[in-house]
Amino acid sequence: MHLLEVKNLRTRFRTDAGTVHAVDGISYFIDEGEIIGLVGESGCGKSVSQLSVLQLIPVPPGEIAGGQAVFEGRDLLRFEAKGPEMREVRGGKISIIFQEPMTSLNPVLAVSRQLTEAMELHLKLDRKSSRARALDLLRMVGIPDAEKRFRNFPHQFSGGMRQRIMIAMALSCRPKIVVADEPTTALDVTTQAKVLEVMNDLVRRFRTSLVLVTHNLGVVARYAQRIYVMYAGRIVESGTSKDIFGNPKHPYTIGLLRSVPRLDETRKERLVPIPGSLPDLANMPGTCAFLPRCTRAGEDCRREPWGELRRVEGEHYTSCRMEMG
Amino acid sequence: MSGPAKEILLEVKNLRMHFPIPAGVLRRRPTAWVKAVDDVSFLIRKGETLGLVGESGCGKTTIGRCVLRIYAPTSGEIFFQQKEIGRLPESEIRPLRRQMQLIFQDPFSSLDPRQTAGSIVAEPLKIHSPATSFERRERVEELFRLVGLEPSMMRRYPHEFSGGQRQRIGIARALAMNPAFIICDEPVSALDVSIQAQITNLLEDLKNRLGLTYLFISHDLSVVRHISDQVAVMYLGRIVELTSWRELYENPLHPYTQALLSAVPIPDPFVEEERARIFLEGDVPSPVNPPAGCNFHPRCPRAIAGCQELSPALVETGHEHRVACIRVGE
Repeated sequence: MHLLEVKNLRTRFRTDAGTVHAVDGISYFIDEGEIIGLVGESGCGKSVSQLSVLQLIPVPPGEIAGGQAVFEGRDLLRFEAKGPEMREVRGGKISIIFQEPMTSLNPVLAVSRQLTEAMELHLKLDRKSSRARALDLLRMVGIPDAEKRFRNFPHQFSGGMRQRIMIAMALSCRPKIVVADEPTTALDVTTQAKVLEVMNDLVRRFRTSLVLVTHNLGVVARYAQRIYVMYAGRIVESGTSKDIFGNPKHPYTIGLLRSVPRLDETRKERLVPIPGSLPDLANMPGTCAFLPRCTRAGEDCRREPWGELRRVEGEHYTSCRMEMG
Repeated sequence: MSGPAKEILLEVKNLRMHFPIPAGVLRRRPTAWVKAVDDVSFLIRKGETLGLVGESGCGKTTIGRCVLRIYAPTSGEIFFQQKEIGRLPESEIRPLRRQMQLIFQDPFSSLDPRQTAGSIVAEPLKIHSPATSFERRERVEELFRLVGLEPSMMRRYPHEFSGGQRQRIGIARALAMNPAFIICDEPVSALDVSIQAQITNLLEDLKNRLGLTYLFISHDLSVVRHISDQVAVMYLGRIVELTSWRELYENPLHPYTQALLSAVPIPDPFVEEERARIFLEGDVPSPVNPPAGCNFHPRCPRAIAGCQELSPALVETGHEHRVACIRVGE
């Protein structure tokens, strides 16, 4: 059994422009101690899928329309969103790190208090032992002079330090899974490298599982063992990191990999972009969402509905029927 | 560089831009200065692209704003088409602005939501040229085609466009007055990965077709490598390394450039497995109180005692490669 297995998750939002199927039937799993990457561009549903699993979707306008999220044998989606079982999981057994640390930390509380709060709640620690653990965590994520800075407020830290505090918070209740939603996108490249390294070391040390949600292919290449590529609410390709980067099968994955200039390749005359633009999720045609931008689409693609994931080999799956021959 | 040296379009000499930090009840008395740009010199030849890279707060945007004279520099000289513009009064700057344009990072906040795309692109023409409304319309249509937009989209409002299309509108507006020089300030950073390559290619095509010269400001070292002829690396208000793109990426000499390059993730697990990283100590210090001597020394893996003493000048090491580090070439 997997630690978390999400099956056929569907989340939609009612908007003035119509119903948006933000997550349109995705299935994935994560095992203990594993790092998986959820990769895609804006609006592909990568963040919404994670918020759905934790029932953090605003209802209305949002709605989890179907699916299961089986964690430790129980379906999280059957819990009351604000009920005690969900609360025990959220922030306790599954914690989340957001992109922008300044907006996810409370500006008027000292970081010490923000760290101890969750531990008192989830681990039932008293003031003294939660403070001791909070201090340990700050040292672990590499905050210099942790004792001195313990009572500082978020604005007194730099962006990279704030993100480390978020990591400390996310790990504070000994979670089974940490979801990191674009954890380094707001950071500079040298800071990004350090924060990712800190995260990688810690999840290995505690055998925590990590879901790395990002648009940055480079970030997942270094750290994720398995990768799910999302487009317009669905997973279009999944496999081990080496499958996805070494032998990509979906034209979207291939297009993404080809469109980014790489430091280790000879400089090209021109980049090879993916033509067109991202689809309008309120107006989906029913056929493959990538069809209007696809250079290798065939007759079947225009006629048939969007394909389900099919196995290429081993753990490697793609939804593209052209690759299946 | 090969062939005869091309004409210099822009030359910046010893540019300083220090912002006062006001204090006191009336906030009139500066107590300290933010040294956003400190003694920066570089030049850009006609038809070339200078990539300016560095992390947030290093002063790269401030340099762009000084060149456009949005800011009046604290000291130093700026020669544009052989003319010193660093100290010109505003009235003499205005006509020059037709020659120099800016492309912004965020295509969502840089377009007026209440104007149609056509009217946004026509705005510089209304201000700077005596054209009739018919001529303006013709020109706007031409600009739309030039940046890959349908002229029929002129009547639409910014929110009806995707991020990539909005950036095209911003580019069309910058091109309206036939500028010679464009400052691209993080022009693709806010765009989705699959769209970035489209806009990068468009900028390159326009440069070749219209003979433009770019100052390309970005924190993305891979994009800068792709688009630049020369590259300048900035740290805390100073240029620490300046050379051709090939020299910089194949033979980086400054320890900061080396750390920066090693931190860029490469989308390939096979390559990443073999790659070593240089991790820097601490964070970028405040530009209010930069460290004495070389301002990179507290984080530098190669620092020696002498690094705390004097601020190293940008010196030529051969191969038209300039570095500000006393340890280079020891």
